[in-house]
Amino acid sequence: MKLTEKQIEVLEILENNSARIPVEDIAKMAEISIAETETILEKLEEMKVLVRFNSVIDWSKVDGHEGVTAMIDVKVAPKRGVGFDEVAQRIYRFKEVRSVYLMSGAYDLSVIIEGRSMNEVARFVSEKLSTLDSVLSTTTHFILKKYKHDGTIFEQNEDDKRIVVSP
Amino acid sequence: MNGTKSYISKTVEELKPSGIRRFFDLAAGMEGVISLGVGEPDFITPWSVREAAILSLEQGYTSYTANAGLMELREEIAGYMQKSFGVSYSPQSEITVTVGASQALDIALRAILDPGDEVIVVEPSFVSYVPLVALAGGVPVQVQTLKENGFKILPEQLEKVITVKTKAIMLCSPNNPTGTMLERSELKAIAQIAEKYDLLVLSDEIYAELAYEGDYTSFAAISGMKKRTILISGFSKGFAMTGWRLGFVCAPEAISQAMLKIHQYAMMCAPTMAQFAALEALRAGRSDVEDMKKSYRRRRNYFVQSLNDLGLTCHVPGGAFYAFPSIESTGLSSEEFAERLLMAEKVAVVPGNIFGKSGEGHVRCSYATSMELLQEAIKRIGHFLDQHQKA
Repeated sequence: MKLTEKQIEVLEILENNSARIPVEDIAKMAEISIAETETILEKLEEMKVLVRFNSVIDWSKVDGHEGVTAMIDVKVAPKRGVGFDEVAQRIYRFKEVRSVYLMSGAYDLSVIIEGRSMNEVARFVSEKLSTLDSVLSTTTHFILKKYKHDGTIFEQNEDDKRIVVSP
Repeated sequence: MNGTKSYISKTVEELKPSGIRRFFDLAAGMEGVISLGVGEPDFITPWSVREAAILSLEQGYTSYTANAGLMELREEIAGYMQKSFGVSYSPQSEITVTVGASQALDIALRAILDPGDEVIVVEPSFVSYVPLVALAGGVPVQVQTLKENGFKILPEQLEKVITVKTKAIMLCSPNNPTGTMLERSELKAIAQIAEKYDLLVLSDEIYAELAYEGDYTSFAAISGMKKRTILISGFSKGFAMTGWRLGFVCAPEAISQAMLKIHQYAMMCAPTMAQFAALEALRAGRSDVEDMKKSYRRRRNYFVQSLNDLGLTCHVPGGAFYAFPSIESTGLSSEEFAERLLMAEKVAVVPGNIFGKSGEGHVRCSYATSMELLQEAIKRIGHFLDQHQKA
């Protein structure tokens, strides 16, 4: 779909700023009225271009909430008529599954799972995922450390290194 | 001095210390200051550029380069100036790579001035222009622009101060500290004056990459002006490379060769690793620069409108990353305003009078700061104004 220049402007502002940015500040940044900004936001949500306002949280810092994340390469047999979509749907409906992507290359689906422990993830893979009819094989990779996630660097020294006043 | 002899040159003794220094000392010791007083990008140099400099060090490029700079870099600069601004300079004879635009200003002035020659400085201006003219033996003649004209210089104002000794006009567009950008027609009017009185124009185009309204015009691109223009630019602002100290100057061959003479004796060449970084900055494509520019523009829109909402009237600056609001509604001088705002709310701005008399009644606020900090700064300035607004 074709978006207007201001719709794209609003999307870029949302993508590059905190989800808590007030509508009036978005309006000022995009040089449009508050009412117009609200209309654009509603329209973008209606079109499902603007899907959700998310926060990026580093749970690994929170005691008792560290959890584990695994990326699983899944090979599947596509079905006539529905291709990969049906098996993808069977997978993404599990609430443990954070993302599912159809991939080119050595395997078909890339599935990201979050669980409280390695055991929990292992149980999910062996009991739920591998037992699906179309699933031929799985390879599970556990994530050891998140350096950068969705464009955000987790451990970054963000101190302003500039001198306070300069010409 | 207790009657002892001063060893300091008269010219240097007469230079006023920069007013920025005092402000820096005030703010530097404080905790929790939001600084809008910084004249440089808040972005760190893009990684691909830093990485190219690291690679040059790993490969052992640690020796001098040609005086005028790496030929490869001068060729890239020539291509960039042609493509971005439609001006063509010969990399062999018309481009010199310098230690920041600051050194370019210095060698340009020293190359053209004889003792007593006058240089017109359009005010409010970058703090170095007046002292650099004096250090080069020239006489700075300041012309005050007016808030009512959006801090744009009018041709008749220039004509009033031109004498037989006038050698050059110094321009900076987009401007530090006002953010004002001159349009093509306005540059043309200045060009006519330069032609009529046979003057040179030192065009400081360091903020050319950060032009938000309309098309940016280089002074050298005005027809007939290349031969009268000394075009000064660099990587500091648009490419977020202030600490690398890398600039360049483009001028007709005779002037370029004169500048190169000073450059080779006084500086030898610009730092080699910084030249390799600049090469990558030009080759890496425009996406980093474009992303930064978009971000500044949005912050400008937010910040300028918010200042106006607070009653600090401010024209929309066409470029750079400065807002230059009037603080006259508070009844304070710009120094009083800046000092009290810093003490009461811990927001650092730069008093406008530091940039020349016509800057009085204004403060320079840099919006090269994160949105979160700008939002907080606006809150604090609002709180300050509640207590200081004239009844």
